[in-house]
Amino acid sequence: MARDSQAALVALNRFGFGARGGASGDLIDAASDPRGFVKAELARPNGVLLEAPGLQSTPQLGQAVFAYQDEVKQAREAAKATAAAETPTQASADQKPALRRNLSLNAAASEVAGQMADARPADNAAKPEAMQPSPGAPPAAKPAPQPLNVIQKTFRAEALARLQRATLVECGFTERLVVFWSNHFCISASKGELARIWAGAFEREAIRPHVLGRFADMLKAVEQHPAMLFFLDNQQSLGPDSRAGQNRKRGLNENLAREIMELHTLSVGGGYTQDDVTSLARIITGWTFAGRQGQLGAPGSFVFNVNAHQPGPQILLGKTYGQAGLAQGEAALADLARHPSTANFIATKFVRHFVADDPPPSLVARLRDIFVKTDGDLKALAMALVDSDEAWKAPLTKMRSPYDFLVASGRLLARVPEDPSRYLNGLNLLGQPLWSPAGPNGFPDTNAAWAAPEGMKLRLDIAAQIGSRLGNTIDPLDLLEFAAADAASIETRRTIERAESRQQALALLLMSPEMQRR
Amino acid sequence: MIDCVENRLLASRRGLLLGGASFAAWAYLPKFARGADGHDPRLVVVILRGALDGLSTVAPIGDPDYAGLHGSIALTADGAHPATMLDSFFALHPAMPEFARMYRDKHAAVIHAVATPYRDRSHFDGQDVLESGYAGPGRVQSGWLNRALEVLPRGERVSSGLAVGPTTPLVLRGNAPTVGWAPVALPQADDDTAMRLVELYRHRDPVLATALAQGLQLDKAASGDDMKPKGGNAAAQMRQVAHGAARLMAADDGPRIAALAFDGWDTHANEGGPVGRLAFLLGGLDGALAEFESGLGERWRDAVVVVATEFGRTARINGTDGTDHGTGTMALLAGGAVKAGRVIADWPGLKLANLHEGRDLKPTTDLRSVIKGVLQGQFGLSDRVLAETVFPDSAAAKPMKGLVA
Repeated sequence: MARDSQAALVALNRFGFGARGGASGDLIDAASDPRGFVKAELARPNGVLLEAPGLQSTPQLGQAVFAYQDEVKQAREAAKATAAAETPTQASADQKPALRRNLSLNAAASEVAGQMADARPADNAAKPEAMQPSPGAPPAAKPAPQPLNVIQKTFRAEALARLQRATLVECGFTERLVVFWSNHFCISASKGELARIWAGAFEREAIRPHVLGRFADMLKAVEQHPAMLFFLDNQQSLGPDSRAGQNRKRGLNENLAREIMELHTLSVGGGYTQDDVTSLARIITGWTFAGRQGQLGAPGSFVFNVNAHQPGPQILLGKTYGQAGLAQGEAALADLARHPSTANFIATKFVRHFVADDPPPSLVARLRDIFVKTDGDLKALAMALVDSDEAWKAPLTKMRSPYDFLVASGRLLARVPEDPSRYLNGLNLLGQPLWSPAGPNGFPDTNAAWAAPEGMKLRLDIAAQIGSRLGNTIDPLDLLEFAAADAASIETRRTIERAESRQQALALLLMSPEMQRR
Repeated sequence: MIDCVENRLLASRRGLLLGGASFAAWAYLPKFARGADGHDPRLVVVILRGALDGLSTVAPIGDPDYAGLHGSIALTADGAHPATMLDSFFALHPAMPEFARMYRDKHAAVIHAVATPYRDRSHFDGQDVLESGYAGPGRVQSGWLNRALEVLPRGERVSSGLAVGPTTPLVLRGNAPTVGWAPVALPQADDDTAMRLVELYRHRDPVLATALAQGLQLDKAASGDDMKPKGGNAAAQMRQVAHGAARLMAADDGPRIAALAFDGWDTHANEGGPVGRLAFLLGGLDGALAEFESGLGERWRDAVVVVATEFGRTARINGTDGTDHGTGTMALLAGGAVKAGRVIADWPGLKLANLHEGRDLKPTTDLRSVIKGVLQGQFGLSDRVLAETVFPDSAAAKPMKGLVA
């Protein structure tokens, strides 16, 4: 039995989001057939897709941002006109608050914009969610809390849908896979308003449909998604010899092209040169999304703009791509997806995420071969990981990321969130703001990042908060049974038994190695 | 047993963490102070992640090719937002008035056309090289600042390196003890809960025990009336972080060495010239330097702040009024201990033939030489230790002389 509980911990914690509390019986189910428990989720048709009432498509959301920006602009102009025309005391009672609201709706962005030549928010403009408790502008009397704008509302709804799914699913393996791929192909919501409103849709549209599908399909969906094109500036990149490039005297931006090869496929050292970067940048000129006027298509949808595309054949990694238009880039991506360096990079990263910071080379080699043999079948990759011995034998030494930690805590407490604020604030505090990594390489995936002194102290503070909020509603020893049963160490059990209060016991349980390591 | 330990010790149980035998880390605290002249050096390392455009920060206005290459975002000595001339050739970005003042007061210097030994253009590898101190990427177990801490003479007075932010930057990771601090507003776990958890970790998970114990040590020292996060934007956050770090370092028993990182310098599009995106970030950096100056108080006299980035950006702007990943860039020094008021550069020129691979400012100074010069000036480290331990296999990059007064 002891050994089965240990295997159940691997099934639930290494592959999933940890056992759910209440009457779930997760630990017992996992102990009776650990591999079957993990694999069951992979067999569910459409189990990875996420649909919830009110979640909208990328073009719809883009249009909502454009409309919102127009509204802000109009309000600003109206305010200017009012200020110029009006006698001081005459502001009508219903107009003034409306103006103030609209102007401060976007306080963070306009604060930045005020210091910039144009009104475009800086890439790392303050993240509204992070700042909710302490509004950006320090001076003056504190105004009543502002209603959320459409961007903030959408971000929170997307976050909530994801958190609820993660809390409710049985094992959580598919959701862990979603998080892995979403971080591999990350965008950052802090890039600007479009990125923030699109962050959730990007994951639902470009990542989830392919998590148990083909890598090449995910790659194409990602690089053609407006959120990625915006995040890595490709909508601004013009072929120097394209009609738009000639007319507007602007040209290439190699940001997306470089990260496709460095971070999404081949990886650094994967055999490409600066010339290849520039060449791929030319190949994907014209990959953009339709703007607010919709000249190229429905505003906010992916379009290929032939007028921005660099004409002519290009050489990438020694191969000539002579196709015209969109097909040129699609052919290049298909080859990058199939490149041996890509297989090696993905296999290594996958094993590092799920098994150990120093991934067992035998397992990496096996997954690399499967990736190659199946032409990037990601379900086969996941299956092979679960079927391996290494993944079950390696000790549970990986640290849970802040997201894993908060979700696992919520599951154990059987609390389905109805408001994402606590999670979003916790993630900000712990250095993993949702969908907002500091760079295009995503959040780190090693213990060095997540077991740092300051991070541990903050985790403890959060655990203590949860303990004081919820401690009187639970029996900590019951929870320990749900979480680990006889796989729990004697020291952990004793520490919880001897706690001076239920509140303290819950904090200690959430911080125990059984809950922190996976 | 736990109760027993608790009852015998101290009003603040977190104090116990400092004294506990299992935290021998704190037993080897470097002693820097040079007794006789009371010189008590501080060193702050600021890493700018994302690759700073050195040609927009300290612009070679006197170079005939600069204006053409940097095009729409080039700085000028006149106009609505004139750059500050540092000498007859180089001009400082107008968003940095505090640094300009320090430079005038001879508390700041610029080293231009510098680079680490890394010659490719991946941020992440570039940052690894910058922070690890190894000549190539892939060595991420420890950073040069941590190895410098390790070789410092040990004494009783001074605490270990301070990592500012929720995670420890690579430059300060390694065997020598570090402590972390980040500005937050969150009610804290009480000391008793913390102690019990440390006790559990000691038995079951020593790595977490060490991490948590270190995390608990500094939070109180840093907290002060005005240290609640004020929210706001990236620039305000830079100031706030510097303010808290300076406060910790100013204390007599505070850390002498700190490292922090600011993100967001990857200006591929709409970088902006005298105003705009980069200007906004540089304003934040400038504010952070001013916070160090005021927060360190008396100790500023003996301090050096080093500002460095993983590589530079293309000399010619790209098609979107920004710059792509490049090579040569610049480093800034500020502080009362800097032998200052100069731009140090073996200027390679910006003619096409002089550019690295026809696109980037050619580095003529090894960034390691600059850092070695600072470490030698501040802490008296020998050439050999610097070339073997702190920056392995770097004998060719000799410490730059005369950076520290």
